[in-house]
Amino acid sequence: MNNNTPLIKRIRENRLFWPLVALALIFIFDAIFSPGFFKLGILDGHLFGNLIDVFNNAAPLMLVALGMTLVIATGGVDLSVGAVIAISAAMGSVLINPVLGNVQITNAVAADPNLTHTPLWLVVVVTMLAGTLCGLWNGMLVSRGKISPMVATLILMVAGRGIAQLITNGQIMTVYYTPYFWFGNGFILGLPVSIYIVAIVYILAWLLVRKTSIGLFIESVGLNSKSTYYSGISEKNVKLFAYAFCGFCGAIAGLILGSYIHAIDANNIGLNYELDAIFAVVIGGTLMSGGRFSLLASVVGALIIWTFTITMYIFGVPANALLAGRAVLVLVVILLYSDYARLILNRFVERKGPRHDATN
Amino acid sequence: MADSQNILSMKGITKSFPGVVALEDVDFSLRKGEVHALIGENGAGKSTLIKALTGVEHPDAGSIELDGKLIQVRSPQHSQELGISTVYQEINLCTNISVAENIMLGFEPHNFSGIDWKKMNALASQAMKRLDVDIDVTQPLGNFSVAIQQMVAIVRSLEVASAKILILDEPTSSLDVNETDQLFGVIRKLKGEGIGIVFITHFLDQVYEIADRITVLRNGKLVGTYNTASLPRIELIGKMLGRSLTELDEVSKTKQKSEQKKDKEILVEAKGLGLTGSIEPIDFELKFNEVVGFAGLLGSGRTELANLIFGIDTPDTGSLTIRGKKISHFSPLASLENGIALCPEDRKAEGIVGDLTIRENIILALQARYGWFKFIGTQKQYEIAEKYIKLLGIATPSPDQLVKNLSGGNQQKVILARWLATDPQVLILDEPTRGIDVGAKAEIQKLVLQLAQEGKSIIFISSELEEVLRTSHRIVVMRDHKKAAEYPGDVDDHTIIQTMAGIL
Amino acid sequence: MQRIKFFLINNGPLLTTITIFVLVYVAGGRLYPAMQKPQVFFNLFINTAALLIVSIGMTFVILTKGIDLSVAGMIALTSAASAALLVNGFNPVVVMLLMLLMGIVFGIAMGSIIHYLKVEPFIVTLMGLFFARGMAFIITLSSLTIKDPVYRYLALTKLPIPLFAKAYVYIPSLVGPVLLLVAIYLANFTRFGRTVYAIGNNEQSAMLMGLPVARTKIAVYAFGGFCSALAGIVFSISLLSGYGGYAPGMELDAIASVVIGGTMLTGGVGNVIGTLFGVLINGTIVSILQFNGTLSSWWTRIGVGALTLIFIGIQSLFYMRKKHS
Repeated sequence: MNNNTPLIKRIRENRLFWPLVALALIFIFDAIFSPGFFKLGILDGHLFGNLIDVFNNAAPLMLVALGMTLVIATGGVDLSVGAVIAISAAMGSVLINPVLGNVQITNAVAADPNLTHTPLWLVVVVTMLAGTLCGLWNGMLVSRGKISPMVATLILMVAGRGIAQLITNGQIMTVYYTPYFWFGNGFILGLPVSIYIVAIVYILAWLLVRKTSIGLFIESVGLNSKSTYYSGISEKNVKLFAYAFCGFCGAIAGLILGSYIHAIDANNIGLNYELDAIFAVVIGGTLMSGGRFSLLASVVGALIIWTFTITMYIFGVPANALLAGRAVLVLVVILLYSDYARLILNRFVERKGPRHDATN
Repeated sequence: MADSQNILSMKGITKSFPGVVALEDVDFSLRKGEVHALIGENGAGKSTLIKALTGVEHPDAGSIELDGKLIQVRSPQHSQELGISTVYQEINLCTNISVAENIMLGFEPHNFSGIDWKKMNALASQAMKRLDVDIDVTQPLGNFSVAIQQMVAIVRSLEVASAKILILDEPTSSLDVNETDQLFGVIRKLKGEGIGIVFITHFLDQVYEIADRITVLRNGKLVGTYNTASLPRIELIGKMLGRSLTELDEVSKTKQKSEQKKDKEILVEAKGLGLTGSIEPIDFELKFNEVVGFAGLLGSGRTELANLIFGIDTPDTGSLTIRGKKISHFSPLASLENGIALCPEDRKAEGIVGDLTIRENIILALQARYGWFKFIGTQKQYEIAEKYIKLLGIATPSPDQLVKNLSGGNQQKVILARWLATDPQVLILDEPTRGIDVGAKAEIQKLVLQLAQEGKSIIFISSELEEVLRTSHRIVVMRDHKKAAEYPGDVDDHTIIQTMAGIL
Repeated sequence: MQRIKFFLINNGPLLTTITIFVLVYVAGGRLYPAMQKPQVFFNLFINTAALLIVSIGMTFVILTKGIDLSVAGMIALTSAASAALLVNGFNPVVVMLLMLLMGIVFGIAMGSIIHYLKVEPFIVTLMGLFFARGMAFIITLSSLTIKDPVYRYLALTKLPIPLFAKAYVYIPSLVGPVLLLVAIYLANFTRFGRTVYAIGNNEQSAMLMGLPVARTKIAVYAFGGFCSALAGIVFSISLLSGYGGYAPGMELDAIASVVIGGTMLTGGVGNVIGTLFGVLINGTIVSILQFNGTLSSWWTRIGVGALTLIFIGIQSLFYMRKKHS
């Protein structure tokens, strides 16, 4: 696009256009049918309302979407994000547990809100490490082991839940240590902490991919890995980085999620996150085959999913009922962005449509 | 002109793709029981002609007659139904199922309980024996050599498609001498049965051994159709390369021979460098400030050698030294750091990243050398891109144009720019002017000379003898994956052609 | 001699899998004498009834170089839909037929999108997984009990095994082995089966050979859907209830069984007999863990994951070797 393209066209071709349109549509729907949706009040010195709920819930997904974007951009996928969330959060929870380990806290003394076995900063570090290690594991299998990303991450997706359950011994680890709740429930300057966390990770990601050559290399690898190799770029390391970063994002998401509900359930935490993460990425225009990506579009994608979900909650529709719809939507979005699919569908429609002769 | 003898008659076939005319007014005919060789360098149009015959492509103009009847080949499926069968270099069969299935699947005999294996195996065995091949047809196809697999492919087309015309596309590339003999025995048998065979190959020996007639294509045009018996080998090569030996034109040499200092230092030295199955051990030198041209026919090993020097492949014998330093680790990045650059043969698959912009393509290798964290800022990127767009004359409204939208010539210039941006000392150019319009060709050739004058050392690989002669200080002739000879830059093309033909 | 050598080479992976099964089973018997009772062996078939059926369908899909991640979702959907229909008084036979039909239609839909719209199988079937579970949740948010007498009869009736006193299986446990026989026939005596192998090896070649590639690919996913639905029926009989959250992660168990059974993810190599033994190995590991008692059941998930990885690794090596030779 050169500078002579009209502004309207440039706006339309920007990656953010359709995601923002979709978001706007949901907002308009809410404005009409549930005006209370946008109400923001002040409670206990911080903002309070549906929009805050949306952000708090969307934050973990936004993080996972960031990581997933890079992985998909290299032409791969990470199905294990939910399991990575579980493993990371589980690691954190057993460290916080005053009796250290996966023993269920029953004793009133142990349930002291000021007691933690390990200092909070260490808990955070270990959580991040656990997730990043999972990411490295996936990355090694894909880049060095030459195993297809789908298979490699599928293994961790299922075995990982087993590992998480092993760590927590099948218990739901309830956390009583109040400072831990801050990540998912705290407020700074009236806004939820989770938004700040997302902002920091986003800025970090943006710096990494746009202020270093990593972003260009990721796109190049996803578009044409052979030419990229001939240009002297190490495809292996680029992919390794993407998967490691995705694991890292999963870990922080796990931290926020565990902190938000004060408990870590290895079976259910982060459930179905892979579906939503893929959704957020494809709705931002990143193709499953890899190549160009937009971090911001994926974040908006995550926002779309949660705004929609919370809207549905307000109308009494439970989350599980939305599962089917979300699955269909992902396929529809992929098809819409796929040149080939559009070609075939056009041909299909043309054949069935009315024929216009030259005489008309 | 016994037209009635022709089972196939293609007239005036023309086919263009965006930016390039692949075939222009080409005629081709095939007689019953004839082996007709189709020859030409890469880009000559052979594969397009065959695709037109097999329905993969539809010609823009021209006609095809089969047994005197005008036909339109709609698809590969349809061409098979018409009796035109092709056996490609990559055997289009399935190696995991048995030979018998590969021959008969789709038309296999059934009995009340499903596939009649006994009958199928018997029929398949018989069919193979008809070609004097006796193997256990119940074994998976993959258990057999490529030669046998090819036989099976031929048998399938005969059995199942009742082929009248058999197209063999580079059938002997993976065969050894004995297997080739066996294949030729089969071909002669088929000849006797009246089947017309189109034989595409770059092995000239084999052409003389088995073909009745030869058709030569060059740059999409028909050079001529000849009886093998009346065309000496040397003339054949001349026709392939566009050199007429009755008129040895004086190729104007614009390179300065006076530049050739007697004792130039050695920049790159290869001693016994080789890779089993790819290049025989080779010795050669590249001095500072010189252009070495690599001449040779398709399949002679030039690209393989280039890939070895650049580190795409790792050699298993011999050594490579650059500026006296022995290379221990072979990879594109290592070469980049040593100042070696390669413009690969296959622009689309190995060169450009089509969906990235011109700017991004140009700075890619340079950025690779800088690594992850030393980022070439956007401002600087545009500067570099603009510099080379101007320098090389890349036709584009802006550096943000996607490379896939450029013409072949401009794409080649982008790749060239990418490597020039890394300021290499050695530049390997593998077929840089293939598939490019004449104007761009000339520009690139001029550029090469300029670069040499500015002090770079260049390895110039091309199938076009003219350009090699015009630009090189020395010429290495490759043949059959080894170095056949080496000549000073003022050698005459007659000598080179004779070397390529194996006469010298 | 040559024949024996060829037999070994051509059937190497299958023989390896059978050997591993025997070794693991015998090892279990040594460690836990209680495992030596004949009923333990038949329990394998009882416990893996659904897994075997689903894995047979998965084998065909993987043979074409595809994958079907939706199987567990289909099982859950089948269980929920069956329970809902039965609660509303539908005839159990009609319910079963409807479920099978649903599975086939679902498979055809996925197969068509995969082949005609050229979307990767894993993405289409992954969405299929979520879609199926989602539909199950729409039908019922929590577990729904099945009280239908026919289902109960099938669930509780023990079939004594001749020659083994005190040994028995349930009727649903027989479905898998019967399906296996059908599958063996399909794979080896029909054009469909042989085309499946051809497609997995080289889809281009299969097309150029004139084989009905589109029809076969879609049929393979339809068969997969059929198997998933059938497994779902068996599953709902075993649990006498339906719920969208059932069979979590079973897609990996199925893939693991297929891979351990010697079928390569790269397509074109393997067979359903190997899958049977892959399933049996899975069941044996579970048994051993149960007999141990101290190791928690999540070790199964980890163990299956590790085994799958090892087998994929071995397959990778074989594949690399083949390419270079």
